[in-house]
Amino acid sequence: MDQKSFLTEVMEVSGQNLQACYQCQKCSAGCPVAYAMDLLPNQILRHIQYGHREKVLGSKTIWICASCYTCSVRCPNDIDIARIMDSLREIALRSGIQPGEKEIPVFHSVFLDTIRSKGRIHELSLILQFKSKTKDFFKDAALGWKMYRKGKIKLFPSKFGGGKEIKEIFKGFEKREEAGSQS
Amino acid sequence: MEEVKRVKELSYYPGCSLHGTAREYDESIRGVSELLDLRLYELEDWTCCGASSAHCTNEDLAIDLASRNLAIAERSGRDLLVPCVACYSRFKWAEKASHETPQKIHFPYHGKFPIRYVLDFFCEESMLEEIKKRISRPLKGLKVVCYYGCLTVRPPQITGIKEYENPQHMDRLMDLLGAEPIPWSYKTDCCGASLVMTRTDIVKKLSGKLLSMAKEAEAEGVVTGCPMCQANLDTRQEEVEKEVGNPVEIPIFYFTELMGLAMGIRIPKNGWDVISPIPLKSLAKRD
Repeated sequence: MDQKSFLTEVMEVSGQNLQACYQCQKCSAGCPVAYAMDLLPNQILRHIQYGHREKVLGSKTIWICASCYTCSVRCPNDIDIARIMDSLREIALRSGIQPGEKEIPVFHSVFLDTIRSKGRIHELSLILQFKSKTKDFFKDAALGWKMYRKGKIKLFPSKFGGGKEIKEIFKGFEKREEAGSQS
Repeated sequence: MEEVKRVKELSYYPGCSLHGTAREYDESIRGVSELLDLRLYELEDWTCCGASSAHCTNEDLAIDLASRNLAIAERSGRDLLVPCVACYSRFKWAEKASHETPQKIHFPYHGKFPIRYVLDFFCEESMLEEIKKRISRPLKGLKVVCYYGCLTVRPPQITGIKEYENPQHMDRLMDLLGAEPIPWSYKTDCCGASLVMTRTDIVKKLSGKLLSMAKEAEAEGVVTGCPMCQANLDTRQEEVEKEVGNPVEIPIFYFTELMGLAMGIRIPKNGWDVISPIPLKSLAKRD
């Protein structure tokens, strides 16, 4: 089977011309979370060009990116780097490669599960569900109590319509994911 | 002849946080809207826009979750007012996709009725005039820094904000309300957003920097239009203080709360947030 190069794959999913990067490093200079990354944004782009699939998809960087778009607006070659980070997360989830950050992808999956079952994000359900996965029940418990006393924690999710459509949306997503991981 | 009261009608998508941690944002928007003769109709059967996680997981899923709400809004025949900037950003991306790749859209939206972010909406010239007419108790002496964060301004092709590196619209609004907006260099720096649940350390570092800089600018309050920024800045101050060793305590307002105050709405007894604004002298003198 004709294997697509990693570069082509990322360019197709993101719609961005990664070849335009000339390593000026402006993206990394302005990135507020660069200090917590294992690969800087400009290094990520270079590794993609080299085809280092596992290194990029297994990095912390793609999950640490906070989607603040500072890099995207400053790139002199109009590469939407934040968009590329989204695409890399998408490809990484499908790839089965061990993610470089453990809890962040778990959080996203719990978040989406909450939408699937409740239509909206009921914050308390989301937090409890996330804690049941990470087993860290005491973190922020005191803060939660303070916020509860200020009336900021809603105890029960609100009723919503549109559940059927939400189910359809997620069914479609799963179908595409299955097809994607087989190809 | 009696003057006919002109009421503007809008669809309103509160989004998930405004039903929970950003409750005071919702209440203050509804409060000032009433004073401004705006009638808000909560979007029927709205569901989550997909932020913060759908766009990190699958683009089509992100577009589906957002555009379902846009399609309902369009059927309502009114412009859609959106208070949460994360929702607003997802909606605008979905709108862009509906123009560029209509074949991929499952919930058609044609852009007949625009999507409006509450801050941009209240900062339009015509709205500023209406607001000015209704200011009964100017916020004299209240020093604030305007914190725009990321998605209120970036990326400009989505937000339409030209001054995205040094935005001014919220500052102009604060000035109109009688407050004193102080210039500072951290208007559009990131607070760490949804990493608060997973990498709290990053949010504490980023938000800690913002809080320290707001203090250094000698502000009495930080003003924002983003539920995620408000929560990150308001709730972590005690922990940040322990780490940086300096006092960072400062109330974090939604801009609509300050609009409400200037238009005569009172602060609830208990305050709204973890850090209460009640001890502020310039506000205490008011009652």
